[in-house]
Amino acid sequence: MIDRRDFCKKALLIAGGMAIPLSALELFNPKRLLAEKNDPSPTRWAFLVDTHKCVGCGFCVKACKIENETPYDANVTRTWVERYIVARDGKTYIDSPRGGRDGFTSPKIDQGVEPPAEVRNEEIEKAFFVPKLCNQCDNPPCVQVCPVGATYQTADGVVLVDRSWCIGCGYCIMGCPYGVRFFHPVYHVAEKCNFCYHRISKGMKTACVDACPFGARRIGNLKDPNDPVTRVIMTERVGVLKEEYGTKPQVFYIGLSREVK
Amino acid sequence: MVHGEAWTIKEFFCYPNEYIYWTIQIVMYPFMTGLVAGAFVLSSLYHVFGVKQLKEIARFSLVFSFALLPVAMMPLLLHLQQPQRGIEVMMTPHFTSAIAAFGIVFTTYALIVASEIWFVYRAYFVETATALGEKRERCLWEGVLYRIYRILIMGAWDISHEALEKDEKGVKILAGIGIPVACFLHGYAGFIFGSVKANALWMTPLMPVIFICSAVVSGIALCIVTYTVTMELRKMISARKRQQKPWLPSTDELKSAEVQVVTMTSRYLLMFLVLAITLEILDLVFRGYTALKSWDILRSVIYDKDFFKIFVLQYGCGNAIPFVLLLLPRLSLKRVVFCSLLVLMGVFMMRWNVVIGGQAFSSSFAGFMEYRLPIWPGSMELFKEGLFGALLVAITPFVLFFGITRILPVFNLKDSH
Repeated sequence: MIDRRDFCKKALLIAGGMAIPLSALELFNPKRLLAEKNDPSPTRWAFLVDTHKCVGCGFCVKACKIENETPYDANVTRTWVERYIVARDGKTYIDSPRGGRDGFTSPKIDQGVEPPAEVRNEEIEKAFFVPKLCNQCDNPPCVQVCPVGATYQTADGVVLVDRSWCIGCGYCIMGCPYGVRFFHPVYHVAEKCNFCYHRISKGMKTACVDACPFGARRIGNLKDPNDPVTRVIMTERVGVLKEEYGTKPQVFYIGLSREVK
Repeated sequence: MVHGEAWTIKEFFCYPNEYIYWTIQIVMYPFMTGLVAGAFVLSSLYHVFGVKQLKEIARFSLVFSFALLPVAMMPLLLHLQQPQRGIEVMMTPHFTSAIAAFGIVFTTYALIVASEIWFVYRAYFVETATALGEKRERCLWEGVLYRIYRILIMGAWDISHEALEKDEKGVKILAGIGIPVACFLHGYAGFIFGSVKANALWMTPLMPVIFICSAVVSGIALCIVTYTVTMELRKMISARKRQQKPWLPSTDELKSAEVQVVTMTSRYLLMFLVLAITLEILDLVFRGYTALKSWDILRSVIYDKDFFKIFVLQYGCGNAIPFVLLLLPRLSLKRVVFCSLLVLMGVFMMRWNVVIGGQAFSSSFAGFMEYRLPIWPGSMELFKEGLFGALLVAITPFVLFFGITRILPVFNLKDSH
């Protein structure tokens, strides 16, 4: 007959004894060994935007809308271009009418209120354009907050949305500090830029990169040290947007200014 | 039209994809869960802590909390773009998300409330079923009731003294577990907002605690209002019935019991109100004092754009006035009800100012967005995320409560719980 004390002792002994071979499994996890030997994915997609080269023509926005079938006239877009005008009095004017799809042809600045603001040329201290797109963060808050796992990160770093699984709660839209997400007007699920995943995974460039006449947008593989984009990111002075959120964004900018939101 | 475009007005620079995506239904969601949690906590004050004065309202608020339960889920379903996939939250929960826990927390809580009600009502079920069973001729409704009670009893027909004592113990244990779970249910609704790092107004660890306190406040306030209204109706009915049946409680008897219960409950309301206001003010002061990058835009939302909604409606009418009125001597029934209504409005405005206020500014910190509540339901979307959708959610618990009390009466029961 086993008494209670004995039972407890033996139970502990067995549990402890079993823990050792189990931890060995963890120690010699073949999957992890393989992962440490050679990286599971030879690719980490990253984007490089040279704001000095952007003229705000909006070709990238147009190309993106057509390529990714975002309804052309819907007031949502996977990528957009912002115009910054800093006046001599220190005031900053920012606009992005229709995401900059039709280019910035008028000096009038769309403020959402009538009348539109206008800064005379001699009053302008500096002005520039900043293209925006999904930052494919290394620590993506949108993936973290999705209650059903419909949005996820691929091994090569791109964050995707499963249209057949998204419940449309909008938590990911709320969780993104960059405002890149929206509800698709046709599918009624969360939608965002995915670096044209269907193209880059076949060796092509993204639609916006191909459409940019000035080379302001480039895409590259961070894990390839010889990739020209990686060379620029490693050797030149580049910035990222909203670093303070800890999202580790992977869209790098040349020529960022403190006014950029 | 893009989702959100119909009711969002943008001013200055907002990102092109930004709209008010979380609208009135997301205001209703924490408001309704708050009422559930609050009503339950009120009933537990009697069952767990033995606050005898609350005996009358305890059963009432327990059943009311049960009626509110399904309604906590309603605004979420009305808000989802793909409501038919809502069940995925239960089937494939992604546990890094605060929303994923909803299914589990909510089901646990529902089970606790349902089983507590079962223990409270078991003796009544058995007695009524026995009485109905002995009856020779039952009318249709009595026949239906008899069947329902027989199913609800689930074979536990023993109503000896020992069995009833066991029931009482069960109620106490369940109510005890229920309090932390109710707080968790609601605190976690606060966590859904408090953990969004992208939103400067929402992100604070105080959010869950603030939500729990205001939940209890609103739950108690709604119980007071509903309780008083029901009592008034009973008085009217009993005055009419007494002409034929003089043994029923008289209007004065009912009234004195009512005043005592309600004034007692209002003390607890006051306590939690103080706690809620303190935390909210602390949050506001802290934001102003630390003045982070977002403070500039938050300040213009709080002190300028939303001044009326925050300081006049929420703090002024919803907190300060009822606070003073409840402390003034010679508290009357009417005053308590008036204060409770104000408190309910204040808590609703607090939810509004958090949910809508949190989206009143662009995450570029350079523009504002304004929410225009859709009134006329011109399309399904405008109905769901507009005034009528919200009204539907607000009315449902009362309809459910009426239905449930046909089977679980909350007044004139002689058993000990």
